[in-house]
Amino acid sequence: MIFSWDLFINALVSGVLLGGIYCALAVGVTVAFGMLDINNIAHPAFIITGSYIAYWFNSRYGVDPLLIGFVAALPAFFVGRLLYRAYYYSFEAREGESLQGLAFFFGLLFIVEVSLLLFFGVDYRFVEAGYIGQSINLGIVSIPLRLLVPTVVGVVVTLCIMLFMNRTFIGRAILAVSQDPGALQLVGGSPVKVKEIAFGIAIATAIIAGALLIIIQPIEPSIGREYIGRVFAICVLGGMTSLTGTVVAAMLMGVVESLTTTFWGPSWAPLIAFGILLITLGVRPSGIFGR
Amino acid sequence: MTNQAITTPAGGPAAPVQRRPMSNWIVAGISTVIGIALLLVVDSMSMDYAYLAAYTVLQFVVMASAFNILAGYGGYINFGSAGFFGIGVYTSVVVYKALAAPFYVTIPCCMLVGGLLGFGTGYLTLRLRGIFFAIATLALAVVLNTLMINWDYVGGARGVYVLRPSEVPLIGSYTRYLFIVMLAMAIASVLIARAVENSWLGRGLQAIKDDETAAECAGIPSLRIKLIATTLTGAMMGAAGAPFPYFVTYVDPATAFNLSIAVNTLAMPLIGGLGTWIGPVIGAVLLGSLQQLATVTISSAANLLIVGVLLMVFIVVAPQGIVGLVRGIRERRK
Repeated sequence: MIFSWDLFINALVSGVLLGGIYCALAVGVTVAFGMLDINNIAHPAFIITGSYIAYWFNSRYGVDPLLIGFVAALPAFFVGRLLYRAYYYSFEAREGESLQGLAFFFGLLFIVEVSLLLFFGVDYRFVEAGYIGQSINLGIVSIPLRLLVPTVVGVVVTLCIMLFMNRTFIGRAILAVSQDPGALQLVGGSPVKVKEIAFGIAIATAIIAGALLIIIQPIEPSIGREYIGRVFAICVLGGMTSLTGTVVAAMLMGVVESLTTTFWGPSWAPLIAFGILLITLGVRPSGIFGR
Repeated sequence: MTNQAITTPAGGPAAPVQRRPMSNWIVAGISTVIGIALLLVVDSMSMDYAYLAAYTVLQFVVMASAFNILAGYGGYINFGSAGFFGIGVYTSVVVYKALAAPFYVTIPCCMLVGGLLGFGTGYLTLRLRGIFFAIATLALAVVLNTLMINWDYVGGARGVYVLRPSEVPLIGSYTRYLFIVMLAMAIASVLIARAVENSWLGRGLQAIKDDETAAECAGIPSLRIKLIATTLTGAMMGAAGAPFPYFVTYVDPATAFNLSIAVNTLAMPLIGGLGTWIGPVIGAVLLGSLQQLATVTISSAANLLIVGVLLMVFIVVAPQGIVGLVRGIRERRK
């Protein structure tokens, strides 16, 4: 291990950049899983679906992947609502066990993955855009736009969700459901409807996150599996319901992984990240920002 | 069947006399007969693929039964099945490389390591309930996977080759030998699962599943019961991985810790019927055979699709699995 400040600062910067993307990947999990208790383990599969949507329109019509992501987020919102309806009538209305909901999404994960595999094949796919390949140099630090653009977008999306949750009526209703669904019912709100909208938002963010992900790395159908652990880890580390916590945990995860990659090699990165998760679960299960 | 006997009130008017659970010896005898019959059938096919297919199915009988102990009775979902399986596989590799010991030494070693891992996991995650336990076990699998990728002694990410003798005296080809070993393990794990179901351990786990706080208040040592269950599950899954390197002769972390192992281990008891000893067996035989068939006729990608679709269909239509369906039909007939 050779230590140098140049390397360290560069690793730190790219860690923060990585953290911004992790933010976008995990924000949907925080909304669906952390706030609403929906064990959507298929979230990464939706992310990869978003990546492939971006790839498809980018390679066919040369549209900017970010634009595709935001446009596709709208239909994804409605797909998410439908999916929650199906989930609700199958499990929540019947008071099924959480294991069953988990298995439902586990099944969905593999269906989505194999469908993508059959449709797009196993080859790695990537997108093309003007900013990919350029970078900004700030003294000793060099920031590739390939990383910077998705990061900024990812953080902005997360901040928008945060604002939405705190400032709008529906957003506050979602927070209310996450705290006490029964109480919301008492004051005349319908937890099901609110959860439906929230789940739609979660899926929409997954599609956007997918478009961001394919900008920073090539994609193949089963790559989503690598992110299952990560996004849930970020959600748990951040204290489940806290979006601020999600941002901080995502940054922490990004920085830790980046430092590990730089100084020990990329194959060690998951060990450190998940080691942190295991220790957190063992010592402080409520996460960093938990109540 | 046996579960009904437990839930039927002892003094109830409708309780038939012969509804008492069959004795373990009778079940052991029946399983052995079925096992020998299976061996004869596979032998008569006289091709290596039959051994591979049957071996894979049996391996999942062990995995699914082990999963069922913790998840079916206790309600704790072990998402790290692949981690426990993989640690069994790699313990086997280490024993092979370090000691060059004969194969039968390997299984106890794998059980020991798997059991210790299960104990450690249980100890670390005792305070976690429900979904957090699932996430912790998933993280554990990733950590173990990463460790193996970086451990050059066992081949690292490149994987490792295992040389095996081609013949075993009295038994024949080594593939057949390993198949018989797996057959014995499958029978043993079914018997263990059945014994657990009818013992204080199974009932304690069921009480924990229903309401952990209430169970603790009622004086059930939930801590000890959970630790025993995680250790047992770990040991069984570790054992399931023990013959794997010898069977396929080449392993790398990507195969040993594959997520498809976790999803199969979860899907099979769910499809068969969670919380019953026979459920995982039905699920493993059904889903396992279907997958082997699909691998030959369609492609190995179809495997995962089958698991995914069946899992979702069963979860929505028949949440209690095949055992639940059969029970429902029986009760309607009465």
